[in-house]
Amino acid sequence: MASLITEADLRDRISAFLADHDPAAAAGGGDAERLAFLRARFDAGLAWVHFPAGLGGLGAGRVLQVVADEAFAAAGAPDNRPGRIGIGLGMAAPTVLAHGTPAHHERWLRPLWTGEEVWCQLFSEPGAGSDLAGLATRARRDGDDWVVDGQKVWTSMAHVARWAILLTRTDPDVPKHAGLTYFVLDMTAPGVEVRPLRQLTGEAEFNEVYLTGVRIPDDHRLGDVGAGWKVAQTTLMNERVSIGGGALPREGGMIGVLAKAWRDDPARRTPGLHDTLMRLWVRAEAARLTGLRVRQQLAAGAPGPDGSAVKLSFATLSQQISAAELDFLGDEGLRRDSWAMSRPEEVDFTGRDAGYRYLRAKGNSIEGGTSEVLRNIIAERVLGLPAEPRVDTRVAWKDLPR
Amino acid sequence: MSDLLESPDEVDLRAGVREMLAAECPWQSVLAFVSSGGEAYDQKLWRTLGTGMGLAGLLVPEAQGGAGAQWRAAGVVVEELGRAVAPVPFLSSAVVATTALGAGGSPALLGQLASGELTAALAVPYGLWKAPRLLSVAGGVVTGTVRGVADALGAGLLLVPAEDGLYAVEGSAVRRTRVVSLDETRPLCDLEFAAAPARLVASLEAVPCALRAAATLTAAEQVGLASWCLDTTVEHLKSRYQFARPVGSFQALKHRLADLWVELTQARAVVAYAVADLASGGEDASVAASLAKIVGSEVAVRAAEECVQMHGGIGFTWEHPAHLYLKRAKATSVAYGSPDRHRARLAGLVDLPLEAS
Repeated sequence: MASLITEADLRDRISAFLADHDPAAAAGGGDAERLAFLRARFDAGLAWVHFPAGLGGLGAGRVLQVVADEAFAAAGAPDNRPGRIGIGLGMAAPTVLAHGTPAHHERWLRPLWTGEEVWCQLFSEPGAGSDLAGLATRARRDGDDWVVDGQKVWTSMAHVARWAILLTRTDPDVPKHAGLTYFVLDMTAPGVEVRPLRQLTGEAEFNEVYLTGVRIPDDHRLGDVGAGWKVAQTTLMNERVSIGGGALPREGGMIGVLAKAWRDDPARRTPGLHDTLMRLWVRAEAARLTGLRVRQQLAAGAPGPDGSAVKLSFATLSQQISAAELDFLGDEGLRRDSWAMSRPEEVDFTGRDAGYRYLRAKGNSIEGGTSEVLRNIIAERVLGLPAEPRVDTRVAWKDLPR
Repeated sequence: MSDLLESPDEVDLRAGVREMLAAECPWQSVLAFVSSGGEAYDQKLWRTLGTGMGLAGLLVPEAQGGAGAQWRAAGVVVEELGRAVAPVPFLSSAVVATTALGAGGSPALLGQLASGELTAALAVPYGLWKAPRLLSVAGGVVTGTVRGVADALGAGLLLVPAEDGLYAVEGSAVRRTRVVSLDETRPLCDLEFAAAPARLVASLEAVPCALRAAATLTAAEQVGLASWCLDTTVEHLKSRYQFARPVGSFQALKHRLADLWVELTQARAVVAYAVADLASGGEDASVAASLAKIVGSEVAVRAAEECVQMHGGIGFTWEHPAHLYLKRAKATSVAYGSPDRHRARLAGLVDLPLEAS
């Protein structure tokens, strides 16, 4: 019973686990020691404690996850490098858990959590961004397999991923939302080609993924044929929770970078920038407190719609703050570290130089749902306002203009 | 970290106050109240709220017949009163004046305030955001003027900050001139003390706390006010048809309301934090109060302005309640320090000064 796991129970279990598994030795050892420790933590149900027993969890309340993570961190235990496997943890895992079979759970969840197998997400296409349900990547049934052809884009970690969550069109003769099917794709399968997609900051966090005659066993389907849109909702709702939802101390995010620059350099201060700084400081603190409240709602098991407010304001704020920082720094802000092409595995929006921060923030209002789409979602699902009249939802997908 | 979510008791309290206000204080009666322009506040409503529901004593110590510093409950009540633009002196008397007396204030006075039979007003300008100007008391009488005091018109007692403490002056002993106020749901008045008999009732120790509470709880009122404006505007846009479709289906309007909802969601979190901080002793009270007052003021004014605009012509009429909210929003934005003044204060509090130190 979920409700029977108390914080004290959890702490006892963690203490017992740490007595049997030396965290310092695991952290100081090689990859093998680190992995053995993480696998054991998973098997003890101390990985994601709100997951079911036997799948890395204890069926506990979400609120206790923080307790577990903090206790392991305090003991100096190695973590699973969550920044590297965010797509797996935040999006693939909840979807596999909700829509997968017991065999799927058994096969995929443990190596996902330990970071042995990296996951990526094959949703967006050149012709399907905000209008995701209009996607064209085609999957055709062939015996016990499906054969997939198409092109996906904006795929982070595709070049190192072992698995992908993939949304395809299996029936072009029905309206677009009804003809989709969701799969797990083996990224090492023949016909999968990954090419880096260089972005305006200079490097390539993302990839284009070309799928040519790729075979997927029907056994790797999540949900029913034609139910892909419903399955994808699980992924997308979790995406919006995971972007911009972290718990930070005051001045913990981008505003801290600007505040430090302000304190360090009195000679650059102007009244106009001071007004901008204080307005942004207040908005950042309001956004931070909103994030804390959302976390408390999640922990209390009553997730509300406030999460979409967090993502929307995060995007606006990071853009405004990073722009103000460039204004403040003057010509010093015009010096960049490098335009070199690289393929980073972890991204820090507040890292590198002011130019990087300004440019990278432009992506925040596009990735994970554009700010415009988010405003529609809030207006329609939270406020209950009517949708714009639509021309695309009752026509067979193949007959839509494109 | 303080709890930013409502407890079941608070949820019940909110429902109870909202239900009472729906029956006793519909907007039509508020409109009638401001149209008549004579009363200081709605006395019948005050009796129901303050005495009947026993809410006047939420912040009065238990020893004096109150509930004992129930800040979170007070926040809920104020928010609901803001939602109804209710013309009652809860904030000025049960929060600001009561807090100014402090735990060491006259027990008899606190007892009367707790029962709701007496209302008091702190004799400072409504827009005050710094330490108040102190009046002179000599030989047991006070002389001087204070302009633009909220809810002083109907207060039984005025609490006057003077050089050596907080003095109480009977309302009837003061010359009170009603100001034709931007917000007639909370009319201001000018006070003239001409050798008015005054008695020392407390030290000045609790006055700064009262002003921080004033800023924080005004923000709670603003959240209530803004939520009425948003809800009402959304309902209007669902039912108003132009170009053969609901006006609320146009993205030009939807996106503005989505942004307003985000701002309101944030204001709710900030106010919850600031009220929780008061409840837990005020460790971060100065920062939290300024933060709440800025965010609350901005969302209230924006919500009320959008409410008028998105209602179109009907929103510009006297018969529609939108103007009651617009006037209350703008007046509360100025009250206890406008956003810009609080940003200036905050800059010092969080070590982000304009000038090099």
